[in-house]
Amino acid sequence: MEKRVTFSRRGLAFALVAPQIVITLVFFIWPASQALYQSVLLEDAFGLSRKFVWFDNFTSLFSDSIYLASFGRTIGFSVATTALSLGIALLLAAMADRIIKGATTYRTLVIWPYAIAPAVAGVLWFFMFNPSIGILAYMLKALGYDWNHYLDGSDAMILIILAAAWKQVSYNFLFFLAGLQAIPRSLIEAAAIDGAGPFKRFRTIVFPLLSPTTFFLLVVNIVYAFFDTFGIVHATTSGGPAQATTILVYKVFSDGFIGLDLGGSAAQSVVLMAIVIGLTVVQFRYIERKVAY
Amino acid sequence: MVENRPWLTALSHIVLSLGVLITALPIWITFVASTHPVEVLMSGRTPLWPGDHFLQNYTTILGSGMEAAGGVPVGMMMWNSLVMALMIAVGKIAISIIAAYAIVYFRFPLRMTCFWIIFITLMLPVEVRILPTFAVVADLGMLNSYWGLSVPLIASATATFLFRQFFLTVPEELAEAARIDGAGPLKFFRDILLPLSRTNIAALFVILFIYGWNQYLWPLLVTTDESYYTIVMGIQRMVAVPDSEPVWHEVMATSMLAMLPPVLVVIFMQRLFVKGLIEQEK
Amino acid sequence: MAGLQFTGVRKTYPNGFRAIHGVDTTVADGEFIVIVGPSGCGKSTLLRMVAGLETVTEGEIHIGDRRVNELEPADRNIAMVFQNYALYPHMSVFDNMAYGLRNRRTPKEEIESRVAEASRILQLDGMLDRRPSQLSGGQRQRVAMGRAIVREPEVFLFDEPLSNLDAKLRVQMRLEIKRLQRDLGTTSLYVTHDQVEAMTLADRLIVMNAGVAEQIGTPLDVYTEPATVFVAGFIGSPAMNFLPGTTTTDGRGVTLDGSSQTLPVAPPSSASRDKITVGIRPEHLEPTSPDAASLALSVDLVEALGADSLVHGQLAGTTQGSAVTVRVDGARRVAAGEALSLAVAPEHIHFFDADDGRRLV
Repeated sequence: MEKRVTFSRRGLAFALVAPQIVITLVFFIWPASQALYQSVLLEDAFGLSRKFVWFDNFTSLFSDSIYLASFGRTIGFSVATTALSLGIALLLAAMADRIIKGATTYRTLVIWPYAIAPAVAGVLWFFMFNPSIGILAYMLKALGYDWNHYLDGSDAMILIILAAAWKQVSYNFLFFLAGLQAIPRSLIEAAAIDGAGPFKRFRTIVFPLLSPTTFFLLVVNIVYAFFDTFGIVHATTSGGPAQATTILVYKVFSDGFIGLDLGGSAAQSVVLMAIVIGLTVVQFRYIERKVAY
Repeated sequence: MVENRPWLTALSHIVLSLGVLITALPIWITFVASTHPVEVLMSGRTPLWPGDHFLQNYTTILGSGMEAAGGVPVGMMMWNSLVMALMIAVGKIAISIIAAYAIVYFRFPLRMTCFWIIFITLMLPVEVRILPTFAVVADLGMLNSYWGLSVPLIASATATFLFRQFFLTVPEELAEAARIDGAGPLKFFRDILLPLSRTNIAALFVILFIYGWNQYLWPLLVTTDESYYTIVMGIQRMVAVPDSEPVWHEVMATSMLAMLPPVLVVIFMQRLFVKGLIEQEK
Repeated sequence: MAGLQFTGVRKTYPNGFRAIHGVDTTVADGEFIVIVGPSGCGKSTLLRMVAGLETVTEGEIHIGDRRVNELEPADRNIAMVFQNYALYPHMSVFDNMAYGLRNRRTPKEEIESRVAEASRILQLDGMLDRRPSQLSGGQRQRVAMGRAIVREPEVFLFDEPLSNLDAKLRVQMRLEIKRLQRDLGTTSLYVTHDQVEAMTLADRLIVMNAGVAEQIGTPLDVYTEPATVFVAGFIGSPAMNFLPGTTTTDGRGVTLDGSSQTLPVAPPSSASRDKITVGIRPEHLEPTSPDAASLALSVDLVEALGADSLVHGQLAGTTQGSAVTVRVDGARRVAAGEALSLAVAPEHIHFFDADDGRRLV
């Protein structure tokens, strides 16, 4: 990461990194350390008294059945969203890769949901599933299912999963297609000469070669499901009905901003931070390994 | 493909068409709903073909907003979104490219420390430090301002790494030739490095514009003054009207307007956008 | 115009690697010096120290009568042509040449006339608006030269400028560089690992090995009187044959190791040691009749090159004896398995100390 030719004007170098560093310190590092600090304090709602309580906030967090339920729900939500969007994206990308003519056209037609904000994507699906006027709810009723995400927790969960996955398919598709197109044609041709049919080729040659992309997307999608889906939940179900869609990011927000439980919310922040750090480390391990190839 | 299997090709087209349909359906329904008067929507079932209230619905929403949600004109929200998105995109690119330049081309004390401080931001998304960040912005008096909307979001490890990665691929001899040609650090940056980074900057701009436009949680926190509402968070205010069904045709018209700019950017700058995204994997 | 002077120049990298172990030499004004050596020998480092792209750890470099150790590259009045040309990809040919002049605030008319002159010399007229990516390899090479010429420097520095070209173009550009340098009369320092380039271009050669200038001299001096085994093996193609041997007891000849053959030539009297290395160039071994021969070769393999043939074989009577290459006239038919009798003129036999590789005189 070093250049042979380097400049040695220190003042200039500091001036160049300063904006980035100052903003990072003020808006990232300082708040994060505040969160760490508050997570070991007990403060009343008016901020009049505070007490150092070691890890009490964490202990009570992990003995709180509501929090644990939210944790489990978040994992379920992430797994479902990731599996759904990766599966569909891989299927579409594999098909688009087969077609030489028109692959770019299909790409154009499939990628634009990437540009849609999660909150807006949520509202679109929220509307289509609206129990009284939504077209999908109407179709389900015709099939004999009475959809109502205002009352039924599972319906609400399915709604946010669909909205989250729908928006993410385009991103995954793009990477899968790029990954597929990077596989040398000669390998596929060699496999064909060895007598492997299209499905066998995909299973035994293409999919293993695609595994770096798949792994990268897996991490990115889990991060997305954990953090970027706040807008979907907040703009539609607001965590309801009866906490059925309260995933962790939403809970941090509502406990902190609405419930004003500072210590508890800070402890939740710290837990989330640990999760991101874990995922980032996993991702960088993988990048390092790729470099070693 | 390797061998000619007409049925497989046909299947591919069918599956892809289904994919396109699933992608497009929500948008089509939204568009249709945004062109009808409220009575048609409330009649119990969404129509599948556009109505004749296109102009009327959009003019109302752009000019005077939704009454039930406080009548904030959507036109103004779009303007706010645009300002925020541009400030974030331009700001991020500007501070990232100079930071990457310093880290790659200069040797100075605390260089690695700076690198790690920037690296750590990768692990601290807004969502995990909502309250204390809000407190900082409030203490600095940046609530309800464009600065408050954008500045806290413009530090970015991803953009810095992207530029760093690119700078490392620039041949060393170019910098040496420039040195022999009498170009100092600033001149080299302006005359050589910046022009060479053009496509990277453009690709990043596309991604960051979308990122900025689509911000949701942050504007929700720092704006209480309606004149700073952005369109993406504004929709939530329209959906969450207390104790009544949302005014759906106006919500849908607003959703269309909220999607339009970023979607246009993706479609018309597809090549740059794809490049910008794929680079991030590396 | 100015000469160049190296005084005890050394380079040690921060990691402790010693790239240059001390170079002392003076380059006359207008001289064409080629620094040649295998990769990693420090030749590029030496050039880059002159350019100001590497710091000088110890010693002094003078350009003309200015000590330049601490000067910025731009202030040394040098110009450099890089191996990969290092053209600015986003600038036109004109701008590539003009950039350095603009940075020195040369008047606009002056820039235009200098670029016009350089592009005329290098046959680049009509290409001034193009981008480097629109040019062929040879044309890019010319632009890189043009960028150096327009600065009218005191010293030209060339860092393997031809190694990215194909063989045919390389020969052509080699001639052009030679002609250009002769016409301009600018002192030049040229780094290459190609000994043909080195021999053809240089007024004087600096042969480097492992950070040491093993020999400095005209191409012919280096060829006829190589100072060390390394220089002898590096200059000349195919490489010199080296035969380890021992001085005979009467001091009048050399017995070759692992062989009953004796070379009837006395080594220089300074050879106090009896272990020596004998060097003979392939082109100096002459096929002859068996009774006039000083060496006998059993032929392994013959490479016919047309004008001449390279005969590879082993000294007769040795088991795993020394391999020897002979260059013979292409018209002469030699077959594998044949025995070849060889003669060599005494003045073409080189003797080296077997321990330190130095030439014995």
